[in-house]
Amino acid sequence: MATIHIDGKKYEVDGSDNLLAACLSLGLDVPYFCWHPALGSMGSCRQCAVKQYADEHDTRGRLVMSCMTPASDKTYISIDDEEAVAFRKSVVEWLMTNHPHDCPVCAEGGHCHLQDMTVMTGHNFRRYRFNKRTHANQELGPFIRHEMNRCIACYRCVRYYKDYAGGQDLGVYGAHDQVYFGRPEDGVLESEFSGNLTEVCPTGVFTDKTSGDHYARKWDMQYAPSICQGCAVGCNISPGERYGMIRRIENRYHGEVNHYFLCDRGRFGYGFTNRADRPMHSTIRREAMAAGAETAVVVGIDAALDEVAGQLRKAKGVVGIGSARASLETNLALSELVGPGHFSSGWNQEQTRLYAEALSTLQLEGVKIPSLRAMESADAVLLVGEDVTQTAPRVALAVRQAAKTRALQRATERKVPTWNAEPVKNIAQRELSPVYILDVQPGKLADIADTVVIGRVAEQVRMASAIAHVIDAAAPAVSGLSATQQQLAKTIAAGLLAAKQPLLIGGCSAGEIGLVQALRQVAVALVKAGKQPLLSMVLPEVNTAGLAMLESSTREVVLRQLQTGEADTLIVVENDLYRLLPEAEVNELLGHVRYLVVVDHQLTRTAGKAQALLAAASFAEADGTVVSMEGRAQRYFKVYEPSYYQPEKTVRESWRWLHALKNVAEGAELTWTTIDAATAVLAEKVPALAQVVNVAPQADYRILGLKIAREPRRYSGRTAMRANINVHEPRQPQDENTALTFSMEGYTGPQEDSALIPFAWAPGWNSPSAWNKYQNEVGGSLRQGNSGVCLWEGRQATAGYLPLPAERPSLSDDCFEIAPVYHLFGSDELSARAEAVQERIPSPYVLMHPSVSPVAEGQQVQVTIGAVRFDCPVRYSDTLAQRCIGLPQGLVPVYSGNSAVISAAAGGAQA
Amino acid sequence: MSTVNSKPQLIVSDRGEPFAWAEEELRAIKEAMHHYPDARAATIDALKIVQRHRRWVSDSAIAAIAEVLQLSAADVDGVATFYNRIYRQPVGRHVILVCDSIGCYLTGFEKVYARIQEVLGISPGQTTADDRFTILPVVCLGACDRGPVLLIDEDTHFNVTPDQVSQLLEQYT
Amino acid sequence: MSSALNRGIEARRETHPLTWRIAAAGGEAVQTLSAYEALEGFAALKKALTMSPEDIQKLVKESGLRGRGGAGFPTGIKWSLIPMGPESGSKYLICNADEMEPGTFKDRLLMEELPFQLVESMVLAAYAIGAQTGYIFLRGEYILAAQRLKAAIQAAEKAGYLGKNIAGSGFSFELRVHEGAGRYICGEETALINCLEGRRANPRTKPPFPQQAGAWGRPTIVNNVETLCNVPDIVLRGAAWFKNLAQGKSADAGTKLYGVSGRVNHPGLWELPIGSTAEELMALAGGMQDGLALMTWLPGGASTDFLMSEHLKLALDYDTIAKAGSRMGTGLIMVVDDQQDIVKVVRNLMVFMARESCGWCTPCREGLPWTLKVVDAISQGKGARGDIDWLKEMTRWLGPGRPFCAHAPGAMEPLQSAIKYFKGEFEKGIRS
Ligand SMILES: Cc1cc2nc3c(=O)[nH]c(=O)nc-3n(C[C@H](O)[C@H](O)[C@H](O)COP(=O)(O)O)c2cc1C
Ligand code: SF4
Ligand code: FES
Repeated sequence: MATIHIDGKKYEVDGSDNLLAACLSLGLDVPYFCWHPALGSMGSCRQCAVKQYADEHDTRGRLVMSCMTPASDKTYISIDDEEAVAFRKSVVEWLMTNHPHDCPVCAEGGHCHLQDMTVMTGHNFRRYRFNKRTHANQELGPFIRHEMNRCIACYRCVRYYKDYAGGQDLGVYGAHDQVYFGRPEDGVLESEFSGNLTEVCPTGVFTDKTSGDHYARKWDMQYAPSICQGCAVGCNISPGERYGMIRRIENRYHGEVNHYFLCDRGRFGYGFTNRADRPMHSTIRREAMAAGAETAVVVGIDAALDEVAGQLRKAKGVVGIGSARASLETNLALSELVGPGHFSSGWNQEQTRLYAEALSTLQLEGVKIPSLRAMESADAVLLVGEDVTQTAPRVALAVRQAAKTRALQRATERKVPTWNAEPVKNIAQRELSPVYILDVQPGKLADIADTVVIGRVAEQVRMASAIAHVIDAAAPAVSGLSATQQQLAKTIAAGLLAAKQPLLIGGCSAGEIGLVQALRQVAVALVKAGKQPLLSMVLPEVNTAGLAMLESSTREVVLRQLQTGEADTLIVVENDLYRLLPEAEVNELLGHVRYLVVVDHQLTRTAGKAQALLAAASFAEADGTVVSMEGRAQRYFKVYEPSYYQPEKTVRESWRWLHALKNVAEGAELTWTTIDAATAVLAEKVPALAQVVNVAPQADYRILGLKIAREPRRYSGRTAMRANINVHEPRQPQDENTALTFSMEGYTGPQEDSALIPFAWAPGWNSPSAWNKYQNEVGGSLRQGNSGVCLWEGRQATAGYLPLPAERPSLSDDCFEIAPVYHLFGSDELSARAEAVQERIPSPYVLMHPSVSPVAEGQQVQVTIGAVRFDCPVRYSDTLAQRCIGLPQGLVPVYSGNSAVISAAAGGAQA
Repeated sequence: MSTVNSKPQLIVSDRGEPFAWAEEELRAIKEAMHHYPDARAATIDALKIVQRHRRWVSDSAIAAIAEVLQLSAADVDGVATFYNRIYRQPVGRHVILVCDSIGCYLTGFEKVYARIQEVLGISPGQTTADDRFTILPVVCLGACDRGPVLLIDEDTHFNVTPDQVSQLLEQYT
Repeated sequence: MSSALNRGIEARRETHPLTWRIAAAGGEAVQTLSAYEALEGFAALKKALTMSPEDIQKLVKESGLRGRGGAGFPTGIKWSLIPMGPESGSKYLICNADEMEPGTFKDRLLMEELPFQLVESMVLAAYAIGAQTGYIFLRGEYILAAQRLKAAIQAAEKAGYLGKNIAGSGFSFELRVHEGAGRYICGEETALINCLEGRRANPRTKPPFPQQAGAWGRPTIVNNVETLCNVPDIVLRGAAWFKNLAQGKSADAGTKLYGVSGRVNHPGLWELPIGSTAEELMALAGGMQDGLALMTWLPGGASTDFLMSEHLKLALDYDTIAKAGSRMGTGLIMVVDDQQDIVKVVRNLMVFMARESCGWCTPCREGLPWTLKVVDAISQGKGARGDIDWLKEMTRWLGPGRPFCAHAPGAMEPLQSAIKYFKGEFEKGIRS
């Protein structure tokens, strides 16, 4: 702590920070550009100048850059000093000399840090009378628009993209007033985190193209606190809607999870909510006039409920398949409707065991489940069998920060403050904290890895077990290791042991329980060696953890009920059977189903076969609770009400449909009228989920007696929005469910600590920088606390070591072990349905090591896995484990089995 | 099981002509890399080596250098475009660098500059149609006592007068 | 053809540590090792290797040598800030031979004519600070200097003055010539380090100073060519001798390689006691060319303030010139004659400064081009009312401490002094 004096007032601040951060944390306004809480200081923009005095007697003082000056004890500064004010005004004036006058058409306008700072400094008169320099723009792919003329050369983009996110294809070129920020040439920005440029850039150089294509001003959109549906990490997002359409996703600050950054799947994958083919009203297939044929008829909510409830009453038995992409409430409602014995997660037995094993491993005594923030402070990382860049991308970004803890350490040794970004980099040069990877192929994190060990699953298991044995001799020993392998195990073990905070990351993507167990060995060994390792397990979907915590049957069990005729009616909720089972199996199964009900917000192949398709709300139109891979239960809230714009749109949360069906079918009264009522039942029925009632404030939460406004104060045009339907302005939709309101009338802003922050705004701060105003200290926790509840905080006892798994039988020559390969764009069901993302999805292929491929690269092979057979071009990878075949998930047909047979296909070469 | 050590991802240019290294170029670059604790420091050497062989540095050369030095093309191009004397566009067989700083200004470089432009029929930054000359301004050449100064390829010419220009240029074919 | 050196004076071993060897070689370059050795070459090094590094540091501190790169920082103090001892690890010595300050042509001569002297100086300095590796950061346009330095390094390596276990002392030192690709800012010592590392030559923040974290993050000393070239004779002849070289003309020590350019009769270089006056220099340079009179002069490069004829009698040393409102800078005076248009002269300087801005910080990157445009407008008689006040405002906002490095403040020096002394000329360019 330090005492500093600002304009004659005394403040206590964190003395290890710089003055700019200290002032902002105190709530004082100091304008800045090049500094960013996640990127540190570099002192180039000169915007944050303040007057510093030697002591209390000094009256002359001198201008210093607050971001480059430590907030040490007995610092005397003035923000209001006349000269400092005038200098800061000049800085904006300089920046504006070349900045175009295109605010009215700029996609940054209204949430622009440059606009805010210009107003803050008081620059309002143009003295520059000469020509502006101009630049050409680049084509950067489907996500990001480039407008270099707006650049103010704060260098944030390159510092974020290269130094923070490890991107390789964005740079700064040229010199003097011709510095240019972009790719070496036109082309898609390759980083999985390119979207953050739109928020890191303080002006409109990098803007969200998916949003620009249906642009609305920040102040004209309606928002809700929401959770990204892209993977199991649980990043907080702030979706913005206007005219019944999601227009953009912005990062919603969370001090422990995503803080300032999202991945591109999360930011640009929202298009599935806007698809034209979305079921926005329910349809029932009825006998048509012409005998035999059927037509789908649009029905209202009550008619749909009556009809489906009637069918359920008639059924011999009803079976329900829930989903890991659906909320806890929805899955519980389904289970309540069909009865626990007939409710399935949709997972087969193997998956069910796998997820259970992952969850129980996480809850071992002595290990800690890290938030992303905690991961960033790890100083050694071991990744086993999980290509996090593709499966839980935001984790990869955290691992990239963990690799830099060594640099911070080195800087501290040389007495350089860690916020002083450039010297920290210079001192460390290429030195990184160790990152070790065991996988079937290196993955993108290989560029920061100390060592990458490539091998099939069994080999990874052996290596991980060997590492555990080196750490603690009591762990089962692995026999038959080569000298190199033993050396590798020793190196990695030593690296983990030397670390203050080792981090272990595994997961379920390979579908191998052995990998989870092997990582568990390492975790237990580290615990026995006196460490408290961080342990993280990547789970496949947004609510895999939540679903795994509910009681459910395996897929085999409920399908047997259909196959044996015990049940004849199937309800599939937010799931697609064709993504679970091979096509032939689904078709066979549906032959046993007399009546298929699908509740979904997407027109999946399964939905296309439904007798009754009930229009579900997506996360954008729903309230619901999901549990992240960290065990953090978080709530997303409805962003908007579709029927306001188009009354014929009758989407409802799946849990509402299911609860209503139960009540109509049983003639009971509706009790789940609000999300609070639903979570109360959940808490009561599932003890492990007792905390879900505390995940977010309840519907009666108020600030200063007000509900929380979803719309900014300046929200405009509301009276005219529906004028095409009726010139009388209707009443705004009412939200009885939650503490939010579909209105600008309500609480907005950071003055009071709010547990619900739909969007970041503070007086004078319209850009994402406004988050500073909501934090305890800039870049720290939100003042109201970080949202969500970590459900796995209480620990089970450690079970000790497991025996080593049995060796797998070796593969015959034409037979390959399947290695699922994941793609950020393409492997995730929902985002793959977004138009912008579709441009980035690779075409199908199978991955093979050149030494074992029967055909040349680009040629077709025939892949046979059990009854599944398909043709695909081969892509070579000389870093893939040799006896593996990489199958890109979501791009090739669903298979079942561990190994595939490959033969040269007749088709020949394909382009 | 095999191990891979970390390697940065490389960006390979898909613009411009394919790039084929001359053996001497590669040898010279590899030699330069040994002079520093980190190969990155050979970036400028590498750019100059390529430029010496090919007069200028194309996009594909940037990508090729990046590959050799294990850097990204963005990094290499960032360096290449920062410095005055790396040419990212084609130049003529001979580059005439005209010092336009204060020493040569006081001794009348402008007349020499004008004369060169007149003789060659091009403006600074341009190359003659026969590909023979490119004219560029350059910062103070450190010979203010002997201005105006020109640097043509590797030859420094001092005390140049407008009258000497034609004859001087004739030496370069 | 090299610069005219010491025209009209005699350079002697006892009084001219920088250039006496040229005189002794009959005014020719000392290009061979044997020729250099014959002129006490490497004698200083041999002597130094018998001393402790700390003693050499102390000697240089006592000598009062100040950096000749422009800023005049005491060299001995700079060296003493570098961590010493067995734990200090790898360290670097860098010779700043980027010489691009317009008006400056002294280092070129020292390198072209006395390459071995610089090599010896560097080995000596490296020994004093415990650096194992050195680089001569040479601007790419100094082609002859590069050839001669490389040849000298090779010869010195062969003779055991460079490389492993120098002269059996156990001290090893590797020296390389690193040629730049042209940018004035590379002369700024931290930008130079970035450039050496193969990065864009943006300056680095200080602290940490290069002595703490310089090249490749390691402790590093950057010294100018001329600064270093003084060291051998300090070691040979002692600190007191060096101090006395100023002959009481200045509180500063040693000699200075002064120069004169502009339209004088005999432009060139002179090694004189530090504190000699511009008047003396003008006399040596044979005065103004026929029909010209002195209007104003720059004491040491394009980033120093103009001085007037009343300042000709001032001692050219750091403190005296600073008191007169300018900086000694590199100490090579540039004479502006009365036929010049001062606004156009300033315009030429601003073209240079704006073009050579590295583009890192706002005031310089955006402020200099704007300043240039205004000066240009005034030079064409298209100035607007308020332009002169605006220029003055800029000289304040781009002054020391406001931009990131000293480039933009340097750019403001000639401008602010030109407005001070020639306001009327600027006013003539304002459209009424
Ligand atoms: C814009 C700028 C350009 C500079 N150029 C040079 C230069 O070309 N040569 C030089 O020796 N010092 C130059 N300097 C000064 C160096 O930063 C540094 O002070 C000097 O090399 C230190 O050496 P010294 O202590 O021996 O003088 C320059 C400084 C600035 C701000
Ligand atoms: S003042 Fe700023 S822009 Fe100018 S050279 Fe220095 S750091 Fe670069
Ligand atoms: S924020 Fe401090 S200089 Fe840019």
